[in-house]
Amino acid sequence: MADIANLLEQQIPALRRYAYALLRDHERADDLVQDTLERALSRWTLRRPDGDLRAWLFTIQRNLYVSRWRQDRRRETPVALEDAVLTGVPARQETALEVHDVLAALDQLPEEQKSLLLLVGVEDFSYDEAARILGMPIGTVMSRLSRARQRLRSIVETGRTTLLRRVK
Amino acid sequence: MTGRDAAIREQDLQAYVDGRASGERQAEIEAYLAQYPDVRERVALEQRQRATLRGQLGGKLAEPIPSRLWIANIQAARRQRLTRRLALAAAGLVLFVVGAGAGWIGANRMETASAKATPATTAVAANASAAYRTFVVEVAHPVEVDARHEAHLLQWLSRRLGKPLVAPDLARFGYRLMGGRLLPSDRGAAAQLMYDDPVGKRLTVYVRAAQGSETAFRFRHEGETSTFAWIDQGFGFAVTGSVSRDELLPIAEAVYHGLNGGQTGVKKD
Repeated sequence: MADIANLLEQQIPALRRYAYALLRDHERADDLVQDTLERALSRWTLRRPDGDLRAWLFTIQRNLYVSRWRQDRRRETPVALEDAVLTGVPARQETALEVHDVLAALDQLPEEQKSLLLLVGVEDFSYDEAARILGMPIGTVMSRLSRARQRLRSIVETGRTTLLRRVK
Repeated sequence: MTGRDAAIREQDLQAYVDGRASGERQAEIEAYLAQYPDVRERVALEQRQRATLRGQLGGKLAEPIPSRLWIANIQAARRQRLTRRLALAAAGLVLFVVGAGAGWIGANRMETASAKATPATTAVAANASAAYRTFVVEVAHPVEVDARHEAHLLQWLSRRLGKPLVAPDLARFGYRLMGGRLLPSDRGAAAQLMYDDPVGKRLTVYVRAAQGSETAFRFRHEGETSTFAWIDQGFGFAVTGSVSRDELLPIAEAVYHGLNGGQTGVKKD
């Protein structure tokens, strides 16, 4: 039992980081992580013993986020708008945005691209692992990654256009 | 090998951004980027954004784990929930056993009571009363077939019941036929004829197959509803209305006598 606790707790900081990047709210991020850990404990015996624990936990958390949490967030329009306003800075501040607020720009990407950038770019998962976590072929991971980075660049370059599209 | 892999693809650039290009390939990519400043700038921007994102989230990784995420605490909460659920399940099981026992005892008592009260007639009365309460409140579709199609209605119900039926004439009590409907019962099909009076008060005549030889009227009172039921030649009959016993009795007698006289009720064949 202490073993399980030890194994899981090593992964908690990264899970919290991923959750926070998805939700942008510290409390709710910890709610998501708690859900993830509860599910992991209840399915502990079902996991492949030879499988990678870290990838397994991230898969659980990502699926939980997609199935439950994302919808909750969509209802919170004020928060989303606030983020969009932050990102939609005038062109001359582009450099500042580039340096300081990629996280806010990330918010404007579809969940799949967002998760991909976080898993590969921040959590250092291999392309293979990211493909498994997101349930997509490796080829798709490569093309989506390229598209996600392209969008991230264009958000920085044309923050205002994206803002308009986002607010609708 | 070098010749075939020389062409730099988009995925090579992504791998380069992520620092995942192999040593040999990395040199090739760098050579390519040296040739194309536009691409080099783009890749550099992507690298900077990647690094910025990591930096922005770095603080989160360094935070101490809050107590509510300690595995020991989550496990304790799980155990507590599990215990509570088991307790609830156990309580549910006890309730179920008590319920089943009560049901069994209740059924026994019912059987004893109904055995005394001639079950067939009582059952007909109960069925008729239930059907009355279901459809008498119906505003949109009180009947399935309207009295305008009386011939068709009676032909249809007769065929389904396996016994020729006529609609008793209750005009002298102020009731006229509205129509009727076919109903399911535990003894096959049942027929319900509905009547109303000028103020909209409703009354039903209910017929279905029934075993028994007791021709005596059985009276059943349920809330506002009165029912007289009897059994005759393999069929059970019931007259039900929201009227008093005294008011309903002459109507029930009229249906019964009409039946015997061939004037109302079931035709003699």
